[in-house]
Amino acid sequence: MAEAQTIGRGEVSIRNLSKSFALNGRDLDVLRGIDLEVVSGQCVAIVGASGSGKTTLLRILAGLEPADGGDVLIDGAPIRGVGSERAVIFQEPRLLPWLTVMGNVAFPLEVRGLAANEAAQRARRYLRLVGLLDFADAYPAQLSGGMAQRVGIARALAVQPELLLLDEPLVALDAMTRMTMQEELARIWAEEHLTMVLVTHDLEEAVYLADRVLILPKHKGSAIRTIEVDLPRPRDRSDSRFVWLRQFLLAEFGLH
Amino acid sequence: MSLIDTEQGHAYRQTRFDSAFAAGLAEKAAAGLIQIGARYGVLVSFLVFWQVASEVGWLNPAVFPPLDRILAALWNGLAGGFLLDDVAISLQRAGLAFSAAVVIGIPLGLFMGQVKAVERSLDPILQLFRQTSALALYPVFILLLGLGEASKVFVIFWATLFPTLLATIGGVKQADPKLVEMARVYGASRLTIFRRVVLPGAVPSIFVGLRLSATTALLLLIAAEMIGANRGVGFQVMNAQYNFQIPLMFAAILLLALLGLSANYALERLQGRLCRWNRLGR
Ligand SMILES: Nc1ncnc2c1ncn2[C@@H]1O[C@H](COP(=O)(O)OP(=O)(O)OP(=O)(O)O)[C@@H](O)[C@H]1O
Ligand SMILES: [Mg+2]
Repeated sequence: MAEAQTIGRGEVSIRNLSKSFALNGRDLDVLRGIDLEVVSGQCVAIVGASGSGKTTLLRILAGLEPADGGDVLIDGAPIRGVGSERAVIFQEPRLLPWLTVMGNVAFPLEVRGLAANEAAQRARRYLRLVGLLDFADAYPAQLSGGMAQRVGIARALAVQPELLLLDEPLVALDAMTRMTMQEELARIWAEEHLTMVLVTHDLEEAVYLADRVLILPKHKGSAIRTIEVDLPRPRDRSDSRFVWLRQFLLAEFGLH
Repeated sequence: MSLIDTEQGHAYRQTRFDSAFAAGLAEKAAAGLIQIGARYGVLVSFLVFWQVASEVGWLNPAVFPPLDRILAALWNGLAGGFLLDDVAISLQRAGLAFSAAVVIGIPLGLFMGQVKAVERSLDPILQLFRQTSALALYPVFILLLGLGEASKVFVIFWATLFPTLLATIGGVKQADPKLVEMARVYGASRLTIFRRVVLPGAVPSIFVGLRLSATTALLLLIAAEMIGANRGVGFQVMNAQYNFQIPLMFAAILLLALLGLSANYALERLQGRLCRWNRLGR
């Protein structure tokens, strides 16, 4: 990686990453020897058994957790804490209940020192993108679960990140809303030229959204398995290749 | 012909509309009355019972005078001015103590809730102080500060401080770590996190403390004014009883109740304005 010809936006490069936690006086290996490359503009899904370290990996990428060993580079530079080129969409909306929908989306912009009217303007744009402009003045307690999650998504997008990190962002939603939101995410990802790392348990979601699906091994130190999803977009869930890939991933889990 | 027809038709519709409108209005009025009745019915019955029982003699009117005599005593006291003076001096004592408790309790609570080491080392002594009745300490305060205003205000302050202080600490400590983490992801500094995440989240809890403190302030005010005071509403209760001016005594008690109600109402209004979001919850 000495001379990258095109410095990508939100490019991730992880080499030999390791991370362990002290648990009951013992060291618990969570990640060992992890290598991972995400090219700019790509969407990579990470799946794996519960406890395989997906959330930990994402938190390290977000800068919320330090790595123990190895290199974690974003656009060629080692990670040092959180960064303005990254945004996270959590499993829960995590909205501030005392701010309106508008206030919540504008919050990170204000934190980053944008002028109030500029922040409001940008917030409005992304609220329109997730279809919630009419609810700009509502408070989080007045929203449905799916609407609240969309506000969280608008908030992450409004900071115009190069790298968007998602940790099971749709898991709390009902099946119908989840499918609609997957379509929304696919559309926004393309429109905004985002690089995305998506942690999910939903294999269909992984196949629907990702260019590549990575399976984190259960046995620490084993290699990550990679499945390329070379399907045209927008994707068709009933397409035979789509169904086949989903079954294939399912089998990976069922058998191992 | 047709003109008359339409006019008649119009008039017909108009009356139908009017009667429907009137019926709707009556319905609304009835619903309103039922609501008021449900809310204040018991209170009104209680007052009516008092009045009747006192007049008929079920209750000893020397101990429970009829309400009209209590209200007359209240009016005389207020119009004569001496009850107003009592209210003023009482408000000054309670207000001073309450303000001091707020000005010290909230910032100290915010600090203690934020800095774990401080909270841990101060908590035991706080618990000890809190569990020691302020009234039991009143003689100590009198010894230290004399029988004047200072000891009165201080004993009220002492009792009033703890509800606000502890509620503030609690409010800060229960800040949602997930929200804090969210703010951290977006690059918020510690100060910004405190100002925009921790503090707003603590406001409802702080208000619970403030309302408890206000109640406590009035409670302690009366106790303090019953010992070694020659003015104030609490003094007036004792004094009237001593001189067997029972209507005046009840008038003073009623005033105290009104003071408590208005303090609570004011805090409720303020809370409503500051945390509209908190009442939207489902
Ligand atoms: N702060 C922590 N302290 C101690 N152990 C931790 C901590 N965070 C995570 N772990 C451990 O690390 C392991 C991996 O956790 P992680 O949350 O990354 O798993 P995951 O793959 O996201 O699982 P899931 O699919 O259930 O969300 C778990 O065994 C967990 O107990
Ligand atoms: Mg997880």
